[in-house]
Amino acid sequence: MSDDKITLEIDGRLCTAVPGEMIIAVADREGIAIPRFCYHEKLSIAANCRMCLVEAEQGGRPFPKPVPACATPVNDGMKVLTRSKKALDAQRGTMEFLLINHPLDCPICDQGGECELQDVSMGYGEDVSRFSERKRVVKDEDLGPLIATEMTRCIHCTRCVRFGAEIAGLRELGATGRGEDMRIGTFVERTVAHELSGNIIDLCPVGALTSKPYRFTARAWELTSEESIAPHDSVGSNLRLHIRGSQVMRVHPRDNEAVNECWISDRDRFSYEGLSSPERLTEPLLKRNGQWQTVDWQEALHAALEALQAPGPDQLGCLISPTATLEEQYLLQRLVRTLGSDHIDTRLRQQDFRGDAADPTFPWLGLPIAELEQQQGVLLIGSDLRQEQPLLAHRLRMAALDGATIALLNPYALALNHASLQLVAAPPALASELRALSQVLGKPVQGATVEISDRHRQIATALQAAGKAGQGLVLLGALAEADPDYSLIRALAAALAETAECRLGFLAAAANSIGSRLAGSLPHRLPGGAAPKRPGLDAQAMLTDPRQGYLLWGLEPDRDFADPSLAMAALRSAKQVVACSHFKSAALDEVADVLLPISAFAETAGTFVNAEGRWQRFQGAVAPAGDARPGWKVLRVLGTMLEFDGFGQNNAREVHDEVAHACSGLAPDNRLSDARALTAITERSAPSAGALTRIGNLPIYASDALVRHAPALQRTPLAESLAVYLHPQQAADLGLTEGDQVRLIQGAGSHSGSGSVGDNAAAKEARAPVVLDDRIALGCTRIPAGVDGSEALGPIIGPVRIEKIGA
Amino acid sequence: MAENQNTVCFRTMHLDARVRHTLESYRSVGGYRQWERILREKPDPDQLINEVKTSALRGRGGAGFPTGLKWSFMPRSKPDQKYIVCNSDEGEPGTCKDRDIMRYNPHQLIEGMAIAGYCIGATIGYNYIRGEFYEPIARFDEALEEAYAAGLLGKELLGSSIDFDLYTHLGAGAYICGEETALLESLEGKKGQPRFKPPFPAQAGLYGKPTTINNTESLASVPVILEKGGQWFLEQGRPNNGGPKLFSVTGHVARPDNFEIPLGTPFRDLLEMAGGVSGGRALKAVIPGGSSVPVVPGDVMLTTDMDYDSITKAGSMLGSGAVIVIAEGTCMVKVLANLAHFYAHESCGQCTPCREGTGWLARVLDRMLAGQGRTQDLDLLDNVAGRIGGRTICALGDAAAMPVQSFLKHYRFEFEYLVEHGRPLVEAA
Amino acid sequence: MSFRNTPLAVIQDVDKETLLTPELRAEIDKHVAKYPPEWKQSAVMPALTLVQDHNGGWLSRELMDQVAAYLDMPETAVYEVATFYAMYDLEPVGRHKVCVCNSISCMLGGAEELMHHIEKKHNVAPGGTTADGKLTFKEFECLGACRHAPVVMVDKAYHECVTPDAIDKIIDDLD
Ligand SMILES: Cc1cc2nc3c(=O)[nH]c(=O)nc-3n(C[C@H](O)[C@H](O)[C@H](O)COP(=O)(O)O)c2cc1C
Ligand code: SF4
Ligand code: SF4
Ligand code: FES
Ligand code: FES
Repeated sequence: MSDDKITLEIDGRLCTAVPGEMIIAVADREGIAIPRFCYHEKLSIAANCRMCLVEAEQGGRPFPKPVPACATPVNDGMKVLTRSKKALDAQRGTMEFLLINHPLDCPICDQGGECELQDVSMGYGEDVSRFSERKRVVKDEDLGPLIATEMTRCIHCTRCVRFGAEIAGLRELGATGRGEDMRIGTFVERTVAHELSGNIIDLCPVGALTSKPYRFTARAWELTSEESIAPHDSVGSNLRLHIRGSQVMRVHPRDNEAVNECWISDRDRFSYEGLSSPERLTEPLLKRNGQWQTVDWQEALHAALEALQAPGPDQLGCLISPTATLEEQYLLQRLVRTLGSDHIDTRLRQQDFRGDAADPTFPWLGLPIAELEQQQGVLLIGSDLRQEQPLLAHRLRMAALDGATIALLNPYALALNHASLQLVAAPPALASELRALSQVLGKPVQGATVEISDRHRQIATALQAAGKAGQGLVLLGALAEADPDYSLIRALAAALAETAECRLGFLAAAANSIGSRLAGSLPHRLPGGAAPKRPGLDAQAMLTDPRQGYLLWGLEPDRDFADPSLAMAALRSAKQVVACSHFKSAALDEVADVLLPISAFAETAGTFVNAEGRWQRFQGAVAPAGDARPGWKVLRVLGTMLEFDGFGQNNAREVHDEVAHACSGLAPDNRLSDARALTAITERSAPSAGALTRIGNLPIYASDALVRHAPALQRTPLAESLAVYLHPQQAADLGLTEGDQVRLIQGAGSHSGSGSVGDNAAAKEARAPVVLDDRIALGCTRIPAGVDGSEALGPIIGPVRIEKIGA
Repeated sequence: MAENQNTVCFRTMHLDARVRHTLESYRSVGGYRQWERILREKPDPDQLINEVKTSALRGRGGAGFPTGLKWSFMPRSKPDQKYIVCNSDEGEPGTCKDRDIMRYNPHQLIEGMAIAGYCIGATIGYNYIRGEFYEPIARFDEALEEAYAAGLLGKELLGSSIDFDLYTHLGAGAYICGEETALLESLEGKKGQPRFKPPFPAQAGLYGKPTTINNTESLASVPVILEKGGQWFLEQGRPNNGGPKLFSVTGHVARPDNFEIPLGTPFRDLLEMAGGVSGGRALKAVIPGGSSVPVVPGDVMLTTDMDYDSITKAGSMLGSGAVIVIAEGTCMVKVLANLAHFYAHESCGQCTPCREGTGWLARVLDRMLAGQGRTQDLDLLDNVAGRIGGRTICALGDAAAMPVQSFLKHYRFEFEYLVEHGRPLVEAA
Repeated sequence: MSFRNTPLAVIQDVDKETLLTPELRAEIDKHVAKYPPEWKQSAVMPALTLVQDHNGGWLSRELMDQVAAYLDMPETAVYEVATFYAMYDLEPVGRHKVCVCNSISCMLGGAEELMHHIEKKHNVAPGGTTADGKLTFKEFECLGACRHAPVVMVDKAYHECVTPDAIDKIIDDLD
C-alpha cells in the first residue's frame, strides 16, 4: 500500500500520511504539538473548540482562513504551519473566548496542575482579560457518587457527551439548550450509571468533571505516579497510580492499545478506596482460647507453621483467591506440595470439575483482546459480560456496531447497549440450547435439544458465516463456569465451535485465573502446566470432603465460594485454619486460628496473566497497610523456616523468572483433550418439583474483597444488594409480588454433587425482597452472590426454595 | 418597468388572489410542462444541468453559489439513495420572499424540486419549512396533495420509470437551521448544529447520502429557466448574475414589499418602487442582503445596482436579497445591538468563538447603550468580531462579525459620541 | 463510528401502545413514514410539536420521555432537541402565546414600542405568563414576514403591521 502514501510538510518537516488522515493525527505521530480540546483519538470528530486552528496551503495557494487541524484531511503536497503568526493569533483568539466565561478558580480546582486549559493558556501569555461583563454561572448537577461536577468550568468540548454516545453506548449526558445557554448535563439530574463512566473524568480537559472520591484530597503536584495492573478482571488494564506518602490517592488508565486502550472500568478506577478501609487486617493475630490476640510476626509465623504441619499432608487443603499474584500462587503451591499435599485450588466459584482431565494446559480468550473488535459473529455462553469484564464488553460492542452478530445464551437476558440475539434458558436447559445450535448446523450431538426456533437458526448460521471468514468466536463466561454442568456446557460449546469453524475462548473470571494454570496452583497442574502424578482435591472436593487443616489466601470464605455455606461449614469443622488476608471479617474471625496480614493490590510486586495470556508485571507502589507484608515474602519466610528448597528468592522478579522458566515454550491453546467424549456427560438432575434454580451472578461491585470494601462504588446504582429477581409470571405462579419478603432455603443435599457434611445438614436460610424482572428465564431466579446476606446461601447455581414470609 | 417584474417565481402574481396558488392556476401559466416533458422524454440530466449553468442562476439562499455547478457535484452514478432538500427555513432578518413563494406559487417550487431531483438522481425530496409558517405550510401541503392526486409526484410517474416523492419537514424555531448542514441535522431529528466540512453534503448529506440543498427561490426558478431557456434567464440579469431576483424591501420605506426584478436594477429604482424612504426622511444606510451582510452608507447605495457583483463592489453582499432601509435619525449603535442580540440568541453554541463571542459583543453594546461605554470598547468590538469571523464551523460566526466591523467602519463617530456623552448622537440632533 | 451520522436508536423496551394517545401515535406514525425506517428519530420534531399542542402548549418531562420511548431514542437526545428550538415550551404556558418579532425590520417598524405596550398593559415581561393565565408573552426573532413589520404571531396566526391598538383588539378577542 506504499503508493497510497502521500507527503506533506508540517512546520517545515516532511511527513508521510495516508490520504484522508487529519492534520492533527499526522502531527501527533510526528510529535508536533497542536493544542486541542475537543479532539480525541477514540471519539468522533466534533471540531467545535477551534483551538487547533492552523495555517495551511495547498499547491502554493493558502487557505483563506485558518483550518481546524482535527477536521482537515491532509493532501499530497500540503503545507501546514502550526505556529505561524496567523495560526498563533487564531489559537490565542480561541483561548481568550474559552477563558472569558471560565471561573479561573484554578487554586481550588482539582484539575489544577493538570488542566489542559491551564497548560495551553500558559503558552499564550495573553494580557489581562479584556472581558468585563458578568461571567456565566452554571448550576451543578449531582451525577452520583463517582463524578463531581463544577459545570461553570465546562468549555463545551462535548468529549463527555460523545463518550456516552459512542463508547459507553448510553446517552445520559447531553448538551441541552443553545448558544451561550448550552449546558452539559443529564438535564433531569440523574446518576450516571455505567460501568465505564469514570472515563469522562479523564476525557474532560478541564475541572468540570472530576473524581468525587478524590475531590479536595490532594493537589496534582503533590502526587507521584507508579505503574500498575488492575486486579479485578482478566483484562489486566494498565494503570497509573497516583500516590501521596504511602497512600494511593487515585487511579488513572495508562494507554495500552492492545489491552485497555485508554479506558478503565470504574471498578478499576475506584477500588483503591478499599485499601484504606478500616476493615483492613493490619497486624498478625492468633486465636487463643477463642480470643484473638495481636502477636508479632515471628510468633505468628511459628503458629502458622505448626498449624500447617499438624493435619498431615492429605488433610491440608489450600484455597487461594484467583486474584493472587503469579508469584504468590507459585510459592503457595510449592509450600503446600512440599508439605506433601496436592489439594490446592483457585477455582473457588466452580462447581463441576468432571472435565479437569480434558483441561487445556494454557486456556485463554482464544484470540488477542483487540481482535474481539474484528469478530463478525460471537456467541457468549453464560456470561453477564458488562458486569464481569466491562472492557471486553466494550470491545464486543465495537464489533456489534461494525455489524457483527453478538449472540448470547444465558439464564437471564442482559441489558446491552448494542444489538444482540439473546437466548434465555434456565441452567438445566443451557445444554439443550447448545445442542439445538449444533443441530441447526447439521452436526447433532447426543442428548436432548430444545425445539429449534428461528433465533437458533439465525445465531447458528451467523456463527458459521463468521467462522468461515475466520472471524467467529464462542466464549464461555463466569456463569457457565459456575454451572453444575460446566464440563458438559464446555464440551458442547467446543463441539459447536468446531462445527461452525469458530474459535473457542474462555473469559477467565479473575485477574489471575490463567496465572493459576501456569503457576501450578491447581490440583491437577504443576508449574508450567504439567500434570502431577495424582491430582489433588479440587476446590469443591476439599469442602464436601472437609480437611482438618486449611490455608486460605486473600479470600473471604463466606463470599468467595460457589457455596459459601458449604465452605463455612467445612472451615468450621477444621482443626486448623491459617488465613492470609487483606481484610478482617466476621467469617474469618469465626473460622481462622491464625490471621496473617498480607499486602493487597498496589502494595506488592507481582504478575498477572490476563485473558489473552499476556504476562503483566508490576511493582509495589505503596507500603502495605499497617504491619502487613508482601505475600511472596511471607511465603518465602515460611518455606525457609521449614528449611524447604526453592524459597531463596531475593525479590519478586526472581520468583517470576522461575515461573517463566517453567512455562517456556508454552503457548495458549484451548483444545480440550477429548471434547466429543465429554459431551456425553450426564446432566445433573434438574431441581426437584417446587424448587427453582438460583442464578447467583456476581454483581460488578461484589467481585472481590477489595471492591466490596470500596465505599463510593458501593453507593452506585450498579452495586446490587440481595434480592430475589423473578419473572413476573414465575412470581405469579408462586403467589408473590414485587416487594414481598421471602425466605430463601438452599438445603443440604439438594446439590447432587455434594457429599455428607457434618454440621451442614441443617437448611440455610436468608431473607430478601422479591423484584419482578421479565428478563429472567422461567424456572430460575436471580439471587446475587457476594453481597451482604448472600453468605447464608448455598450454591451460586443450584436449587433454591422460596417461601413468602408471613404466609 | 412593470413588464419585466414578476416573471419567474411570482409569475402567478397577476392571477386572482383567491386561487392563484392552485394547480389549475399554475397550469394556466405553463406550469408542470417542463416536468411532464422530462417524464416523457427523459432528457439527459447533464443537458438540463447545462441549461441551468447557462442561466447563471446563483443560489438565492445567501451564499450565491452557482446552482448548476452545485448540481454537477452530485455523484449521480453512485447507487446510493440521493436527496434533494429545499431550504425554506427563511429566517434571516429582513428576508420574507420564500414565504410568499409558498403562499402564492407553491406548485412552481414542487416542479422545481422534482426537476432538480431528476437532474441529481434523487427520488426523494424534503422541503424544510420553518415551523412558524403555518399558512405557507398549509398552502404547500395542499399543493403537494394536488400534485400527488394529479400523478405528478409519486412512483412511476406518467407511466415512466421515474419516481419522485416529496415531503414537508417542519422546523421549530431556530434560525441556524437555515444553514444547510444544520438543516440536515435537524431533518435527522437532532439539534440544528452545523456540521463541519468536508465532507460536503454532495458526498455525505442527509442520512449520510449524497444530498443537494437549495433555497426555495433557487428551486422555484428552475421551471422557468427550462421553459424559456438558460440564455433568456441570463439575459434578464447581467453576465454572471442571471435572472430576476426577489428583493424583500423592508425597514424605513413607505411601501415595504417583495419585488421580483432583474438583477442589475439600480437601487434607486428599487427604493422608488417601495415608495421611497418613509416619512420623507433622508436615506441613512442600507443593509442590502439580509442582516448578515455589511451595512452600506445610503449615498453609496444610491449609486449601486442590485446584483451580486455590484453590491460586492460597494463593500457588501447581495445575500438573500433582503434590503433593509435605514432612515436618517436612527441610532446605528442600537441597530447593531439588535443584530448582535439576534446572533447571540441564534448561535447554536457548539463552537467556541461564536458561542462566547456573540454574547460578548451583545453585552458590550448593551453596556454602551446604557451609558457605560468605554473608549477601548470600540477596538474591543472590532477585535472580538475579528476573532469570530473566519474561525467558526459555519458562517453564522461571520454573519455576526461582519455587521460589527462595517458599522464601526462607517458609523464610528456615533459609537464615539455615545461613549463620550452616554447618550446616542441621534437623540442629541 | 460517530453518533453524528448513525441513528441514535436505543432499544426502548416498553409497550408502545401504552404511550401518549392512540390519536397522537397515529399522527406521529404519519410523520415517521416520511423517513427511512431506521431514521424514526427524524420525526422527533413533528412529534414534539403534536404532543405540545395536545398538552396545552408545553412539554413536560414525562411527555418528552414518552416521545423518546415511542421513537426509540435516548431521552437525553429528545431533551436536547426540545431545549434547542424556540417553539417548544418546557414549562406551563398561558392559554395563548403572543410572540412579537423584535428583529431588525420589525424593530425599525416599531416592535419595541409594541412590546413595551404589552408589557405595561398586561403586566407581563417577555418570557412570562399573565397572572390570569391568558397569555404567554414572548419576544421572537425574525418571523420571516418582515415586509409586514411589526409582525406578531398569536398562537398559529400571523398578524401584520401591528400597532398597539391593533394588538389590544387582537388580545381582547382571545378567550
Ligand atoms: C446562519 C445561516 C443561515 C442561513 N439561512 C438560510 C435560510 O434561511 N434560507 C436559505 O435558503 N439559506 C440559508 N443559508 C444558506 C444555506 O446554508 C445554503 O447556502 C443555501 O440554502 C443553499 O441554497 P442556494 O445555493 O440555493 O442558495 C444560511 C446560511 C447560514 C450560514
Ligand atoms: S464537561 Fe468537560 S468533557 Fe464535558 S463538555 Fe464540558 S469540558 Fe468537555
Ligand atoms: S458558528 Fe455559531 S452557529 Fe455556526 S456552528 Fe459555530 S456556534 Fe454554531
Ligand atoms: S481540536 Fe480541533 S476544533 Fe477542537
Ligand atoms: S424582522 Fe420581524 S418578521 Fe423579519
